[in-house]
Amino acid sequence: MEALLSLVIGVLGGAGVWLILQPRTFQLIMGLTLLTYAVNLFIFSVGSLFLDRPPLIDTALTPTLEHYTDPVPQSLVLTAIVIGFATTALFLVVLLAARGLSGNDHVDGTPGAS
Amino acid sequence: MGLLAHLIVVPVVMPLVTAALLILLGNKHKRMKSLLNITATVLGLIVAASILRSVDADPSSSGMRVYLASNWEAPFGIVLVADRLSALLLVVVGVVSLGAALYAEAAWGRAGVYFHALFQIQLMGLNGAFLTGDLFNLFVFFEVMLAASYGLQLHGSGWPRVRSGMHYIAVNLLASSLFLIGLAMLYGVTGTLSMADLASKVALIPASDRGLLHAGAAILAVAFLTKAAAWPLNAWLVPAYTATSAPVAALFALMTKVGVYALLRCSTLLFSDTSPSPRFGGSVLLYGGLLTLAFGAIGVLSARRVGRVAGFSLIVSSGTLLAAFGLGVPAVTAAALYYLVSATFAVSALFLVVELLERMTTQPHIDAGASPIDVEPEVDEDTNLDEEEAPLVGRVFSPSLARLGLTFMVCMLLVAGLPPLSGFIAKVSLLTSIVDAARTTPTPTAVWTMAALLLLATLASTIALSTAGIRHFWKNSDRLAPRIQVIEAMAIVGLLAACMALTAWAEPVLRYTRAAANDLHAPQHYVDAVMSTQPRPGPTRPVIAQPPVTP
Repeated sequence: MEALLSLVIGVLGGAGVWLILQPRTFQLIMGLTLLTYAVNLFIFSVGSLFLDRPPLIDTALTPTLEHYTDPVPQSLVLTAIVIGFATTALFLVVLLAARGLSGNDHVDGTPGAS
Repeated sequence: MGLLAHLIVVPVVMPLVTAALLILLGNKHKRMKSLLNITATVLGLIVAASILRSVDADPSSSGMRVYLASNWEAPFGIVLVADRLSALLLVVVGVVSLGAALYAEAAWGRAGVYFHALFQIQLMGLNGAFLTGDLFNLFVFFEVMLAASYGLQLHGSGWPRVRSGMHYIAVNLLASSLFLIGLAMLYGVTGTLSMADLASKVALIPASDRGLLHAGAAILAVAFLTKAAAWPLNAWLVPAYTATSAPVAALFALMTKVGVYALLRCSTLLFSDTSPSPRFGGSVLLYGGLLTLAFGAIGVLSARRVGRVAGFSLIVSSGTLLAAFGLGVPAVTAAALYYLVSATFAVSALFLVVELLERMTTQPHIDAGASPIDVEPEVDEDTNLDEEEAPLVGRVFSPSLARLGLTFMVCMLLVAGLPPLSGFIAKVSLLTSIVDAARTTPTPTAVWTMAALLLLATLASTIALSTAGIRHFWKNSDRLAPRIQVIEAMAIVGLLAACMALTAWAEPVLRYTRAAANDLHAPQHYVDAVMSTQPRPGPTRPVIAQPPVTP
């Protein structure tokens, strides 16, 4: 599972960085979104990667990370998703405003470029 | 105790509640909104000042005030910590925001419906970032501050704002991703995000994981350096800050200080002299700061518009602070903190003055009768005429133009660090402490370079600002006096008066910053204060039996 998760994070992150380096605003926002996904999965992975482990303390189990999944990264991811979603939505509005003002979707809004 | 214990949370809660009220007021009640905004800002300043007093009045401990949010003890719950540094920065936020709020009342506050609400949210983010003792909470306050700043930056709309705002938002979203990655790595290595707990856990990390810790801290630092506008991560700053409206730019002068603050706080806590990796990244801060300083000085010289000079001055002050903090010497840190206060006030005032200067060049003519003294005197036979037959004497220099010129000159003295104002005191105390540090530091060359660059930056600012002054005030044309409203003048004079106060009371302020720097370089106080704070007993929280303290 570790290998799969790292691959997914790597692919998402790589695709995100590639898109961010493009000069179009649509690619930029898609790139930022993919990068956010990669970061969220990364935060998720710093907890312990197990299936079927409770995040709450069970008196029958010894309190080590072998028996539990760490709830803190999950709550961090939740907050990061909400914040990332809000800022992306805000950015989208700015992109639309820029599109309306410049008439094209170049990040520098070069007049004439289409 | 009692209510006073909750004073620390007020700088976060009050702007939030005010913003909510302002949104409820909607598009109507413009007067009430302005009044509410200014009242909340004044109250914020008063609260910040009383926190500073209470932190400083306590000589027994190092004066730390710890607030357990939701009554959870330290590593589990989020703490707000007001130490000398945080309290000082809260007061800086209070003063600058009051200046910006007053100035905005003249015109900008009415240009959009949600200006005041965004303004208060921005203050909440700034105050929260300075107060919080938890890294993830720092991220949240960063985002609150940034989300509000995105709205404020675009305030007034127009293509230059939207274009630079787009770049500004994209860079900051990227920096936020880096922030999260760094944060997650630190959590993965240490299992905690509370700054105090991190500081004590750093010593327990096995050597095999130390690389991960360093990598996490470095990635986190890149996010902070972007906020602090360190070279080469600062290309977003000048276009965004010059395109936005004046009061917003003045407020944004504070935002680079948040990045600087976060770097200072984390580096002193995690990598203090006693930790297993002493001063990790100190040299990066030092050399990065020097490069930023050089870049800013060159930028100041190359700038044609005064607004850009102000933007590059902000980069100069960031570079100075980063380099000074990178040295890791308490005396230099103390001087740098004084410099931080003085430079922030000065650059904010400069951003406000810049708009008045630009108004002077763009405003076609003033209202007839705005000032009777502007009326051309009558020409009679004996009047001395120049080649264009305009009278050479008797043309009255408008008093408002004269006052604006004086204000601009004071700003120049402060920003460049020329005598006799607080900018000079800051520069001198920085230089003396640096020269002292040069004897003990292992890298004397870097220290001497820093001293030279500081002086060069002063020279560059003086040249750039006096050229701009000549261009605006001495230009031989029928320059007309800009209309300046009383409230705008009050805002600028208030900020400059704060600098005058810093000059007059330089000794107590420097004593305070020395104490703050000593606290920072002895992080054990911070850790002890946070970790030893107990939750209060209450209906849902019975008194926890304490293990007996063994002497």
